[in-house]
Amino acid sequence: MAGEERNIKLKIDNVKKIYNSRNGEMIALNGVNLDIAENEFICVVGPSGCGKSTLLNIIAGLLEPTSGAVYCDGKKVEGTGTERGVVFQQYALFPWMTVKKNVMFGLKLQGIKGKEAEEKAMKYIKMVQLEDFLDHYPKELSGGMKQRVAIARAYAVNPSVLLMDEPFGALDAQTRTQLQSELLETWEKEQKTCFFITHDVDEAIILAQKVIIMSARPGRIKEIVNIDIPYPRTQETKMSPEFLELKNHIWGQVYQEYLEVRK
Amino acid sequence: MKEKNKGSKIPGKVWLLISFLVAMVLWYLLSLNPRTARSFPNIIVTIQSMKTMIDRGVFWGDIQSSLISVSVGFVLGFVLSLPTAILMAWYRPVRNIIEPWIQFVRNIPPLAYVPLVVISAGVGRKPQIIVITIATFLIMTITIYQGVINIDETLIKAARVLGATDKDIFLQVIAPATLPFIMTAVRLGASVALTTLIAAESTGASAGLGMRIRSLNNSFESEPMLLYIIIIGIIGITVEKVIKILERKLTGWQEKREI
Repeated sequence: MAGEERNIKLKIDNVKKIYNSRNGEMIALNGVNLDIAENEFICVVGPSGCGKSTLLNIIAGLLEPTSGAVYCDGKKVEGTGTERGVVFQQYALFPWMTVKKNVMFGLKLQGIKGKEAEEKAMKYIKMVQLEDFLDHYPKELSGGMKQRVAIARAYAVNPSVLLMDEPFGALDAQTRTQLQSELLETWEKEQKTCFFITHDVDEAIILAQKVIIMSARPGRIKEIVNIDIPYPRTQETKMSPEFLELKNHIWGQVYQEYLEVRK
Repeated sequence: MKEKNKGSKIPGKVWLLISFLVAMVLWYLLSLNPRTARSFPNIIVTIQSMKTMIDRGVFWGDIQSSLISVSVGFVLGFVLSLPTAILMAWYRPVRNIIEPWIQFVRNIPPLAYVPLVVISAGVGRKPQIIVITIATFLIMTITIYQGVINIDETLIKAARVLGATDKDIFLQVIAPATLPFIMTAVRLGASVALTTLIAAESTGASAGLGMRIRSLNNSFESEPMLLYIIIIGIIGITVEKVIKILERKLTGWQEKREI
């Protein structure tokens, strides 16, 4: 562990999470161990209720593990921190703020004011191609646009880790593929350690360097699959034999877990 | 489908006029029918009764008195309900102790507890304000409380991961997110303040729209009675319209939501 040459950004060390509900204890995560290298793109797949979101929330510092810990840059995660940005499936934009104000929100909290905040915000709004919608409120935007704003907002505070909880889950297939390519482009431009949860095996393979397959309740890591397809990846990548082979394998593993859940 | 679209070319203002005319015709017909004529006196006579009341020197005083009671009671109710609602939403013990009683008292018609208020507070302005304050406090507390507990939790999470402290979250997330519910509370509170007026002014008031209606009842003067009833209605709808305009200005960012 210590003294290793590889630059480990996130270390998930034997994380266990137990929820206490009316029906007794529910073990959401049971002994999860994972090292994520700096600027690595990780996708997590698994059946519903396998604790993917719980794990993301623990890394974000929004939840506390029952035992075990998460380390970011070697420091134990206690609470949230701006080096770990989050993009939520439900966008979570502030509906009373315009696009520009939403993106500037985190900057202002950091004490960045006026022109400087505006310039920084503009940079990321341009990155997600929403410069024509600066003064629009979230209710005036489509789902895809809302999620672009959320991505710009997360990027604006310049986190080194980006945690994404099924960010494209609520979008139609076309918008989805488009946002996938945009996210990859952005990630190649401004490298960040990405932890991306999805239901969609295709999405996981097209984005990730490593796909983590999680098992059904209690959540554990079942398998880590390396995706050695070189970037930039395009929609044609999805036709390649290596893609299909990976898809077959991962889908099979996930499907087994679905059956497990149904039992 | 075709039925529904009938008349869709007529603008809203014209519909309002049509609605008004229909009501006037109905009123006129009711005033002709001997069985209903005593409750619905002739339109012209009813409007003329305004002059009678002005000549008696009570008309403006009644309106003024009622407006003072309603506004003071409403403002006090609001000022008390806002912190109560927030405390209820934030502290479970406060909620568990207070909420059942708010629900309990809310379902009792104010008229029922008026005598008890008078026994302690005496007659005059004070009991009127107390009654309106109680009624508006209850409805506004419940409405604002519901708003605060229904705030989308991911908004708070989103703020927190962007570096917001508890204070930031309260001022920059919870406060604006609650604003629509506060506006709804204000609208409901204003309406309750007016509907409680009659009860409030049965506390031995010396003037007021509600008090006057009761006293006109004793002398069977139905024309000014109906006039006063209509005035209460006009005040109510005016206040509601003003609040709605304010609502649209302040919370226009909302996804559509109507109560």
